[in-house]
Amino acid sequence: MSMLKASSPHIHGPAAVNAVMLEVSLALLPALAAYTWLFGWGVIFNVLLAIATALLSEAAVLRMRGREVAATLGDGSALLTALLLAIALPPLAPWWLIVVGTAFAIIFAKQLYGGLGFNPFNPAMVGYVVLLISFPLEMTSWLAPLDVREHTLDLSATAAYVFGGQLPLQGGIDSLTMATPLDTVKTRLGLEHTMGEILRDPVLGILGGRGWEIVNAMVLLGGLWMLFRRLITWHVPVAMLGTLFVTSGLFHLIDPEHYSGPLFHIASGGALLGAFFIATDPVSGATSTRGRIIFGIGVGLFTFIIRAWGGYPDGVAFSILLMNMAAPTIDYYTRPRVFGHTGGH
Amino acid sequence: MSHQLHPFPGGLHLPGNKGLSTDRDLATAAVPPTLIIPLQQHIGAPAKPLVAVGDRVLKGQILATPEGYVSAPVHASSSGTVIAIEERPVPHPSGLAAPSIVIETDGEDRWIEHNGHSDYASLDPSELRNIIRDAGIVGLGGAGFPSFIKLNPGARTEIDTLILNGAECEPYISCDDMLMREHADQVLLGARIMRHALHARQCLIGIEDNKPEAIAAVQKALQHLDEKEIQVVEIPTRYPTGGEKQLIKVLTGKEVPSQGLPIDIGIVCHNVATAASVYRAVERGEPLISRIVTVTGHGAARPQNLKVRIGTPIRDLLQAAGGDNSKPYTLIMGGPMMGFTLDSEALPTTKTTNCLLLATEEDIPSRGPVNPCIRCGECARVCPALLLPQQLYWHARAKDFDKAQDYNLFDCIECGCCTYVCPSNLPLVQYYRFAKTEIWAQERERKAADKARERHEFRQFRIEREKEEKAARHKTKAKAVKKDAAADEKKAVIQAAMERAKAKREAAEVQPKNTENLSEAQKRQIEEAETRRAAKTDNPAEQASEENK
Repeated sequence: MSMLKASSPHIHGPAAVNAVMLEVSLALLPALAAYTWLFGWGVIFNVLLAIATALLSEAAVLRMRGREVAATLGDGSALLTALLLAIALPPLAPWWLIVVGTAFAIIFAKQLYGGLGFNPFNPAMVGYVVLLISFPLEMTSWLAPLDVREHTLDLSATAAYVFGGQLPLQGGIDSLTMATPLDTVKTRLGLEHTMGEILRDPVLGILGGRGWEIVNAMVLLGGLWMLFRRLITWHVPVAMLGTLFVTSGLFHLIDPEHYSGPLFHIASGGALLGAFFIATDPVSGATSTRGRIIFGIGVGLFTFIIRAWGGYPDGVAFSILLMNMAAPTIDYYTRPRVFGHTGGH
Repeated sequence: MSHQLHPFPGGLHLPGNKGLSTDRDLATAAVPPTLIIPLQQHIGAPAKPLVAVGDRVLKGQILATPEGYVSAPVHASSSGTVIAIEERPVPHPSGLAAPSIVIETDGEDRWIEHNGHSDYASLDPSELRNIIRDAGIVGLGGAGFPSFIKLNPGARTEIDTLILNGAECEPYISCDDMLMREHADQVLLGARIMRHALHARQCLIGIEDNKPEAIAAVQKALQHLDEKEIQVVEIPTRYPTGGEKQLIKVLTGKEVPSQGLPIDIGIVCHNVATAASVYRAVERGEPLISRIVTVTGHGAARPQNLKVRIGTPIRDLLQAAGGDNSKPYTLIMGGPMMGFTLDSEALPTTKTTNCLLLATEEDIPSRGPVNPCIRCGECARVCPALLLPQQLYWHARAKDFDKAQDYNLFDCIECGCCTYVCPSNLPLVQYYRFAKTEIWAQERERKAADKARERHEFRQFRIEREKEEKAARHKTKAKAVKKDAAADEKKAVIQAAMERAKAKREAAEVQPKNTENLSEAQKRQIEEAETRRAAKTDNPAEQASEENK
């Protein structure tokens, strides 16, 4: 018999961090596939570049910190950050944009805080916001989706642009890109166009933007699968999307010509990705049930405010970072009543 | 028979693995060559030996008597000779040794004379409690708290419900299941006695629905017994529903107040095996000298339940269950969720040994690597105490014990649910145990320090007081001396005056003597003058005395 002393419990359930990270990454695959199909090879380059950068920068910092490299890389968290960032970035972007964003996310937003579990902000969103603020031109050059654009880029042409900045096309990058649906709405509302006019814009589809709505449908699919697999709970997505729906719906009812409809809000931009994949990040979010609902409401509210009246067309990333900041306070004030205690804590 | 159930928060569905040991019938383990009977198999003070080395003892004979109120006697579980009273290793998480009585059995297994009471109802509750105390009955569910205390609600407390815990929620363990299958009548008769002792309005027997045979057996036995106030309640299988607070919640919907006892809400909870031993003690006069132990796990050749004499070395028990499987195993006393590892098979079984788990890799697979907490909150979802285990972990790890207590660390029942679900493989419960022991140690230190400070302060005070008293004494003495001195001075003055007067007087008296050699005529003159003077001096004195009257 064994003489080893062990502390109870002696059995353990099947849950494991790397399994969770891998499953969430898997849930992202349909959306990545749709993104690639609709917007071209650039997405693949983004994904590969982001993964390589994430793993390399994480390994480098771990070595400097004197931590175990292989075991930590194996937890899958760097991989997930890379995928989340890759899906949030424009489909055709110069290589350095991906590298800078991912490296910043891993080194500054994650490892400098102590690595997995210690980062107060979602690393992918920090990387995204840093890029959005620092490189507005590159971050707003979005390829038009498949069925709207005039030209398509093959693999080698995409590679030439990503790594060399060269486009074998007349008119350069501008002939391929167009404003995102949220951007279109924002700009044209600013030009005093009514929603009625804007909705006839070729970039807009049934619910959101053409192509975008398909990618977002895949995000939703992945999200529902994660709910089914109990990788996430319903509280954050429902609270966030519900709040976004209700507030945007309210303003749309009051003034339909100046406020886009609630379904457009939900099907556009990063709303679904944020609701299911990013605001549900347990490390940077609230942990109690009530806390998660408050967290989700906050994200939804800030998203609408930034979209409607802020300087950026989308506000999901900023909203999540803002609420990340509030998470510890939310957790502190939403502590559940302990069994056998009467009210309070 | 339907009974309103109230789910408790959190909890888990665990693989039961009970079939492993319930497939075989309940058997009785043989009398071992030696019995090791620890003097403390219960919560409270160890018992005091009544026998000496070399004494012959009979089965059921009292070996050691309780010391103090919270204590329990121990009895010989077979006949034989006391060969040692010494420290022996006992099954305890600490792995420490404790005073034990060692008996070499004679194989006769001869009972001491014992008599039961055929009519328990004629005994009043305090008589019943005495019988139960003298029988050495303690909680057989695991804690080992002396049962007679839990049958003493006090004059002011009304007991509404007596709950018998037959949940047995922990995986692998099936001793209560087997007991209920085989001796349902004893459980019910014990319940009846306990209800009488407590004056409890009703008795609920909670059994998890993964034990249909036990439920059927108890229900069948209940039909033979004319007791409408005893009810069998089938409860959903969910770990840790066998926890006292959880079971009470499930059966009554009431929550035992934090840091409180079930009795505070009019409930008393006993294990089904305790009830059966109460029956045997009261109606048969048998003290608690045996219990059912589950020997199970994939390390055991023939996993089964055994009736075991308390004090039987674990090795003999494993032999009775067919020995080990020649697979490497870890020996665990209790279940895989709350049991603790033992490091020797020479240890005795005690009153609280419910299960011996020979756990192989198949039973307790080695864990994956430990990762940092990702705050997923699964632990909080499964916590039956509604705690925030991730926060407790954080504070325990940081040794921020005040914060840990602020997050109600002491409401943790150490059920292990949080650790079971933790995707980061964190040994959470271990952190909580660490924090609790540290806090207890600090508390003890603080108390000791408080006491020391009090003593020191008192000493200072005493020294100060003595100083003051001394000073005061000095002062009064000095004063007294001064007074004396003043008095002396006065005396001296008086003395001096008196001496001067005396001298004067003497001088006056002497003067006539200077007039010696006088003529007769002169002598007569002097005598006449003296007489006149004497008469003169007498008169004023008389006058003065007259005036004073």
